[in-house]
Amino acid sequence: MASSSSTSTSTSTSTSTSVPARVRRQLPTSPWLFAAPGLLVVGIFILYPFVSTLINSFTDRRTLVPGEFVGLANFRELLHDEMFWIGLRNSTLYVLGVVPALVLLPLLLALLVQKNIPGIGFFRSAFYTPVVASIVVVGLIWVWLLDERGLVNSLLEAIGVGRVGFLSDQWLLLLSAMAVTVWKGLGYYMIIYLAALANVPRELHEAAAVDGAGTVRRFLTVTVPAVRSTMVLVGALSSVAAFKVFSEVYLMAGPNGGPAGEDTTLVMLVQRTGTGLTGRVGYASAISVVVFVVTVALMLLVLRADRKEDA
Amino acid sequence: MSVAEKVPEASPAPDAPRRRRKRVTDEHGRHVRAWELALRYLLLLAVLALTVGPFVWQLSTSLKGPTEDIFSSPPKFLPGDPTLHNYERVAETIPVWDYALNSLKVAAANVVTNCVGAALAGYALARLRYRGRRVATLVFILAMLVPVEGIIIAQFTTMRELGLNNTLVGVLLPGSIGAMNVLLMRNAFLNLPYEIEEAAYVDGANTWQRFLRIALPSVKGTLAVVAIFAFMFSWDDFLWPLIVLSDPDKFTLTIGLNYLHGTFANDERLVAAGTIIAVAPLIALFACLQRYFFRGVGEGAVKG
Repeated sequence: MASSSSTSTSTSTSTSTSVPARVRRQLPTSPWLFAAPGLLVVGIFILYPFVSTLINSFTDRRTLVPGEFVGLANFRELLHDEMFWIGLRNSTLYVLGVVPALVLLPLLLALLVQKNIPGIGFFRSAFYTPVVASIVVVGLIWVWLLDERGLVNSLLEAIGVGRVGFLSDQWLLLLSAMAVTVWKGLGYYMIIYLAALANVPRELHEAAAVDGAGTVRRFLTVTVPAVRSTMVLVGALSSVAAFKVFSEVYLMAGPNGGPAGEDTTLVMLVQRTGTGLTGRVGYASAISVVVFVVTVALMLLVLRADRKEDA
Repeated sequence: MSVAEKVPEASPAPDAPRRRRKRVTDEHGRHVRAWELALRYLLLLAVLALTVGPFVWQLSTSLKGPTEDIFSSPPKFLPGDPTLHNYERVAETIPVWDYALNSLKVAAANVVTNCVGAALAGYALARLRYRGRRVATLVFILAMLVPVEGIIIAQFTTMRELGLNNTLVGVLLPGSIGAMNVLLMRNAFLNLPYEIEEAAYVDGANTWQRFLRIALPSVKGTLAVVAIFAFMFSWDDFLWPLIVLSDPDKFTLTIGLNYLHGTFANDERLVAAGTIIAVAPLIALFACLQRYFFRGVGEGAVKG
């Protein structure tokens, strides 16, 4: 959501320069007074922490100890830190698991609710409900649903499959957390796709139908090309969000990411390493820098894939 | 969000003779195959069960009394003897209403600071001319691109330096004027015709009057979107309050729930009651103000 509007704002800069000249006369201080609160908040609580994260990553700063410059020591330590590699692996797996589902499923859902049949407004709203709920609520609901004795296992037992340890097996746990992320994101991306689908010319579908294309064929040859740029947008948004996953895994696997920490994600590791009175701020900042770098790389990767297909 | 009828699905596909069954006509006189409509509703109901079902199950669990078996297989979907007992018990276990009040305070303050701050800054970026405006715009764009999860530790040390860690003000501040909201407001102001403000200027209105009396009333819709999303993000936020709050007296609802889950994990009815308390206000808000929620998704994402 955040990344996309930057393009729209940067393109519209030119329109604002056509302000008539006589409006320029005004108290010289007032524009800055208007912008000051926003600039202060953003400067102190976003940009300054960003810069100090970069700086701290080269120090051995702790919560209560200012720390000294240690060069690349933190990054060298990362290479030999097993927990870091586990975190990187899990966060990467999360992207690979969640993004395809969040690009495709909400599109199918949007197609399902696109047609204005009676009661469709209710369904659209209902499908959006998980989006407005807090991730804590969502996480705890699913912890109970997937519990050893919870609803899902009761149903599985009733149909003879038997109980499954969704929250005890390392991989099933990660998979369950991914499913929860997808479940919570479905409605949000569905709305994005609905807006995109509204712009698909009806004639294209009609022409394809006349040519004898079936539902699946029309989906692949008409719908997908028409909403491709939206799919790229959803891919970019969801991959960045998935790599930074914290709450779902924290709630479902516990603060330590499972018994031996094998379900830890990178942001969980940042939180665990850097907070508390003994927090290793410098080392946690180095992990954060890795998060920045991968996030930017993911964005560039998705956008580049988009451009290549355009050419 | 009016969506065009999908005509092709209503017209018979030439290669499907075996699908020929009884046909119904919709209000536009087009043929709608009954089985297709039925299939559509069937799928809709299936997805409904999947998206809303878990909330209903949670509500049902929270209303089940202490003697009722909540683990039965096959499961019992409705409570046999509905009771609010669990809601009383959760309030005895953790100060859940105090936590709700803390959440409400932070969320309400977040709405005010975001609306005021973003409207002022957005107006300054869109309408006022001064040296450094482009730089100011760039500052907000850069701030929007910073992944918050990556700077939480530095935000925490900044809060410590300011002596605001473990306070509700500390929870509020980092998101109190979102860069994204500033840019949304900027775009809203840019989309207004300039002539009216120009006329007001000729009539002698100063910057403040033009902002307050002419520009602001015209962007009410975007302001409502900013307000709703500010409330939702604050009410739902987890990672930042988890880091900045350590004193159980100051917990917000999400942190309190996490604490409840960690400490009384085996009492499912209790946790269920807590989650319902946390989610009910937002579902009510959403039910009343749906179009602004949907519009917010549109303004935030589709423009790009």
